Order: sequence, then structure tokens, then C-alpha cells
Amino acid sequence: MQTKKIINDGNKAVDEMLEGVLAAHPRHLHSVPGSPRSIVAVDGPRPGKVGLVIGGGSGHEPTFLGYVGKGLADAAAIGNVFASPPPDPILECAKAVSGGAGVLFMYGNYAGDVMNFDMAAEMAAMEDIEVRTVLTTDDVASAPRAEREKRRGVAGNFFIFKAAGAACDRMLPFDECERIARKANDHTFTMGVALGPCSLPQTRRPNFEIGEDEMEIGMGIHGEPGVARGKLRSADEITDEMMDRILDEMAPSRGDRVAVLVNSLGSTPLMELYIMNRRVKRRLDDIGVEIHASWVGNYCTSLEMAGASVTLMHLDGELTTMLDHPCDCAMFRAG
Amino acid sequence: MAAIDTARLKDMFGAIAAAIETERDRLCALDGVIGDADHGIAMALGFNAARDAVAALDSSIDPTALLNTAAKAFLNAVGASSGPLYATAFMRAAASVKGKQSLDDADVVTMFQAMAKGIADRGKATIGEKTMIDAWLPAADAAVAAHHNGGGLPQSLSAAVEAARAGMEATKSMIATKGRSARLGERSVGHVDPGAASALIVIEAVRKALC
Repeated sequence: MQTKKIINDGNKAVDEMLEGVLAAHPRHLHSVPGSPRSIVAVDGPRPGKVGLVIGGGSGHEPTFLGYVGKGLADAAAIGNVFASPPPDPILECAKAVSGGAGVLFMYGNYAGDVMNFDMAAEMAAMEDIEVRTVLTTDDVASAPRAEREKRRGVAGNFFIFKAAGAACDRMLPFDECERIARKANDHTFTMGVALGPCSLPQTRRPNFEIGEDEMEIGMGIHGEPGVARGKLRSADEITDEMMDRILDEMAPSRGDRVAVLVNSLGSTPLMELYIMNRRVKRRLDDIGVEIHASWVGNYCTSLEMAGASVTLMHLDGELTTMLDHPCDCAMFRAG
Repeated sequence: MAAIDTARLKDMFGAIAAAIETERDRLCALDGVIGDADHGIAMALGFNAARDAVAALDSSIDPTALLNTAAKAFLNAVGASSGPLYATAFMRAAASVKGKQSLDDADVVTMFQAMAKGIADRGKATIGEKTMIDAWLPAADAAVAAHHNGGGLPQSLSAAVEAARAGMEATKSMIATKGRSARLGERSVGHVDPGAASALIVIEAVRKALC
């Protein structure tokens, strides 16, 4: 059975989406002439500023292109659905945002992305653009704590890109931007749960099977199987399981401050996200951890997948400043 | 048998593209079990792009230029993991036959070996990690061995196909340690690696087109 989608041609879905995005957000976004998969901020890149290029597969909107804009990312390289962009559009992004102070590549830790972005970084070096890379690895379910560098990057991208983008926008030196980006990643923890599959526009078939009464804890944002499958439980129980793992790693002290992101994987509605957020707040209250700011909604999706993730960023003064720094993107504004 | 010229190499890319297109949904389904269900799509996009790019080339072009064109077309159509891996394979293949206008049996075996080595280098993978390398490296070794034993190209590439098939089957019992399925750990056991499955399809198509 094929899934229902509002598309014209599965093979053209990404390019037609981009056409629509540019039509909707001309004040924020444009593409590099001749490289339609390189989306650049109208306002943002400037001489002396470290350029921030993010990117990855499509299907996670508003990640990545929604976070391109003044105060956040300068450009996003857009891949096919759930597939890394090739090196060329990444290189074009780097060239478009290079202000002579270096370019930071930030993206989720996936083998394909690493190969393509590394090739692009080598090509940029040949054009005298210095590139440094910070991978996001916030998904606590995807590898043991001792192997943090092997973890996937998921919804925590939102906080990590935000902090790095602020550092770049504040005209901090390259070393500082890189340090803050790494610190933001180290302080960010995400845990997800999936209730139902999504389907790629080209196949329109569910990308995994799951029983009517089942959920998958720790599922990745491309439908990669998670760490355990179990019976669907209540919102409080699911949220507790996520919070237990996140708090165990974060180990916050009483009086510490966090930022909260309760994110839909696509089709899970706000009602359910807010029910989860209620439990997140209670759990944090219980241990005396203060919420600096919360975001609830679709921030890093997997097409129409049912499910949600909870992300906490463990804040200090510096990361708080970066989160509070204003930004103005096509699909996200702060400050 | 006749040496392989650029027309035959164009046919080879056509044959691979056709074989992958036929198996596209099966590859996606395999990938859905332990990955993100897009492997068949990426491979079909890549080989269709490579086929079209080389088909448009003038027939006077040499194999090296043809293989480099295929590499670039594949990479830019796909990205993903398979993009850099197969693009590197074709770039290494191109370098391995530099200066030749047509390829004899030894050249094809050398080219085949260069492809496998390129994939292994780019992916930093070794045997036993449940990747396409588990099909490609044994296939290249088998082709070289058959060639050294005096076999012609049909023997070499048949040996490659059989070794690739055995390698693919072996991935079923492996625990993934590379690529997206690595996060699954022991839950990856019991499933064939989709990259190894598509490698077998590619290698079979190469044999059919060149022999």
C-alpha cells in the first residue's frame, strides 16, 4: 500500500519545495546562482565574520534551511530526502558565506554527511577558505556515553546551531566560535520516541513496521531503529524514560538552568507535545532545575513520522547569552 | 575476445542502471530494516545520472575521462554515503587505466581492484563491518586470483560475482560497526547489508555487460 502525499513527482519533491521556500521567504533566503541546493541568508554573511554553513538531507524541515538567517546560520546545503548533499553545493555555500575569517561546517554525525562535507572542506581549502567542522552528537540513545563521538545529531541541532550562530554573529574569532559550538554540543542531550513510520516521496512506502500498540525508544530521525521496542505507554511514562536518560547524563545540580525543546517528529500534534512538556517541567521542578526557555513544536522532523523528542541544553552564562542572542530566520525568530 | 572500448563502458553503465532500477524497491526495503530506507533511491539516482552523463560523451573520449565523468555525475546526483563511495570507486578506476584507449582483460581486473580499494579507502571500512566492502573486497580478490590463474575475463568476473554473493550473505550474521546501522548494534544481526546487496547487483551487471 502506498502512502498519501501532496506531491507532483517524488523525484522533484526537494527542488519544488525549495522553489516554494524561496517564494515564501524572499527577505530571508536566496540560492546561489547556478547552485539551487545552496540556500544563503540574504542578511548575515559579512566581511570579518566567521561563516556558518549547516546542512544535511531534506525531510527534517524546518531543519536545516529554516535556521538560515541573520544571527544563526549563514547558509544551508540541501540534500535529497534523508541523504547528505554532495560536495558541490556545500562548497558553494562556503564560498558564498566566507568573510575571510574562516567557515564553520556544522551538521549531524552521519557517515554520508561526514564524507561529503569533508570532500567539500578539502575543495574549499584549495580556494583558500579555511574550514573547521563541528559535528552534532546529541542523541543519547545512539551510542554509549563513553562513545559520545559516535552518536547521531538530532533535534538538539536547534540549540547547537543557535549557540554557534550567535557566536559567529557577535563577530567572535574563529577559535572562539568553534569552542562555543563544541561546548554547545557537549551540553545538549536528546532522546526520541517513534510511534509510527514515515515514507519517502520516491517510494511512498512506510520506512519501518511497528505494531499498533508499540513504540520505539531512541529511534533516529531517519527512521533508523532505536535501542528498544516496547508497548506504547502513557505520556508521563514515556517522558520519564526520556528524562531519566537525559538527566542521568547531564547530571544537573539544584539551581542549574536548562533550555527545553519538545519536538514533534512530524505528525505528532502540539497537544501531545504540551502534555509531554508538562511532565518535563514537573521533573525539572522536582530536582530544582530552572527552565530558562522552552520551545515546543516542529523543529526537527522526519517527514510525517509520528513521535517526539525531548532535548535539554545545560546552560551556563555563556550559552545563555548565545541562546538569547537575536536571530531572524525564515522559520525561526528570537530576541 | 575484443578489448573493452568506451562504447562498451557506456553499455556497462546502462546495464548497471537498469539492474539497480529493477531492484530499487527491494534495496529500499532491505535498508528500511536496518537503516533509513533510501539506499535503492540513492543508487538508482546515481547510476541513472552516470549512465546519462557518459551516454552524452563523444565516442572519441578515453576510458579515463569517461569514468571521471561517471564519478562526478554520480556524486552530484546523490550525495549520501553511496555518492562519495561510488564516485571514489570510479575516480580510482579512471586513474588505474590512464592513457589507455581500450581495456584488455588485465586492465579490467586492475580497474575492478581499484574500485574496491577506492570504496574501502573513502569509507575507512574493512572486512567484517557489515558494509558494501564485505562484497567488494572479496570480489576484487577473487577476480585478481582468477586472472593470475590464467582465466579470461569471464572467469575473473564470474569469480567476482560469486565472491560478492558469498560476502553479501556473510553480512547477515555480522554486527554492524560502520554506517548508519552501526547504532543498531546486535539488532542488525540477521539482516543482509543493503550496500553489500547493491554491490552484488552492480558487479553482476558489470560481468554481464563486459563478458
